[in-house]
Amino acid sequence: MEEKNKKGIGYLLLYITLPVIILIVWEGFNQAGELKPYTMPSLAKLFETTVEYANNGQLFENISVSVLLVLEGFFLALATALIIGMLVSLFPKFDIFTDLVIQILKPIPPIAWIPLAILWFGIGQESKIFIIFIGAVFPIFLNTVDGVKTIDKKYFELAKVYEIPRSQLIKNIVIPGALPSIMTGIRVGLGNAWVSVVAAEMIGATKGVGYMLSNGRSLSRPDIVILGMLLVGIFGKIMDDILKFLRRKVITWL
Amino acid sequence: MAVNNIVEIKHLTKIFDDGKNNVKALEDIELEISEGSFTSIIGGSGCGKSTMLRIIGGLENNYQGDVIVNGEKVNSPSREKGFIFQDHRLLPWLTVKENIRFSLPKEQKKNDELIKKYLALVGLSEFENALPKQLSGGMAQRVAIARALANKPKILLLDEPFGALDAITKVNLQEELLKIWQKEKITMIIVTHDIDEAVYLGENVVVMTPRPGRIKQIYKTDLGTPRLRTGVQFTKARDEIYKEFFKEAEVPFSYNI
Repeated sequence: MEEKNKKGIGYLLLYITLPVIILIVWEGFNQAGELKPYTMPSLAKLFETTVEYANNGQLFENISVSVLLVLEGFFLALATALIIGMLVSLFPKFDIFTDLVIQILKPIPPIAWIPLAILWFGIGQESKIFIIFIGAVFPIFLNTVDGVKTIDKKYFELAKVYEIPRSQLIKNIVIPGALPSIMTGIRVGLGNAWVSVVAAEMIGATKGVGYMLSNGRSLSRPDIVILGMLLVGIFGKIMDDILKFLRRKVITWL
Repeated sequence: MAVNNIVEIKHLTKIFDDGKNNVKALEDIELEISEGSFTSIIGGSGCGKSTMLRIIGGLENNYQGDVIVNGEKVNSPSREKGFIFQDHRLLPWLTVKENIRFSLPKEQKKNDELIKKYLALVGLSEFENALPKQLSGGMAQRVAIARALANKPKILLLDEPFGALDAITKVNLQEELLKIWQKEKITMIIVTHDIDEAVYLGENVVVMTPRPGRIKQIYKTDLGTPRLRTGVQFTKARDEIYKEFFKEAEVPFSYNI
């Protein structure tokens, strides 16, 4: 245990060195009088704004709005991608039937859907959930299909020898076999969902981290912009960490 | 007929056709295997020995001629034709116990006693909850054998089952396989490229030659059980089969020095 801790300290030191250097350089520029309040805040100003936003509830409100939107859009995308992905994988005819439409929709970036989403759903929650859905659904779908496709054919041969019925085959070979790839798709999908919510909120919103960014820009308040950016970064990392943890818990055999 | 033949192969020819090339993998194979016997099939690479075994197991179709196992023409795999591949082919996400359960017929799925019995037979009772990644190659192949046997096959087909194992593990598993054969009285057919293995395990050794795959000779080894690897009979049988593969002219080379 002790040895592990000692090792941990060396690791931790190395881990925080770069962030500390960045903060020192930042403060150095401030001390040298290089920072102008309307282009780049001092660390003290950023801290002050953070405390202010935390106290008046705006920090929590903006972040919770965005996180909630991401979760709604993401789970909608997850369910859709898994169902369609499995259908495409298991039924070659359904694959052919859907292939061209999917291939054409796939390269369209989520941002390109924003105008249409606003025309269809207005600037409320629905249009944002739609954009997030678009951002998350393709990576999960593609990785599901790819995961099933790359399952070693020898396991299907094994299933034939033991006369395994189709339902058992899907439960015991197809799903676990595709799971590592599906988990990768989920990580990429959630990352995309987070990118999409910021983009959608920057264009039309009155709340959320994306709104913080566009609002900070129009007020010429780089401190608000940077706070918003940091929130996006930090929450994105936390979500990814949760998924990495889940992956380790679920996929124990690799 | 006096002896029951569990496998009867008549005029078996197999051509692999990928649209451009025709490859004749097997030509006019005739083979009878009696129930409860142990047969080795040996030959160099490309002689069609694995293809023949896979046809018997129902894993290759579209052949010409007749392949009858247990009175029925073979056209698909089944539990009664147990098949051991060169790789253990355990599902990596299931424990040893669950891997065996997965293979069992519906009415036996909950039969833990059956699973335990066959794990004990291959000496792996303590590993029932281990994942395949925690097993050595030899242990994993034992589980594969237990999995096949738990399905009560009429015949066990082994396709170079010990080819990927180290020499010592290989000898141990050969011994165990012989014991299982004596105990369970299952017909076994092993495909191998190891002459010692073929002679030691098989009562009959089928020697095949390539391009196209044909049966050249069938030897009876008569080693009895338990067998000896060091006895005169073993050496004699092995020498005869060596001569099938290496021309007479090459054999005296060592005397001429």
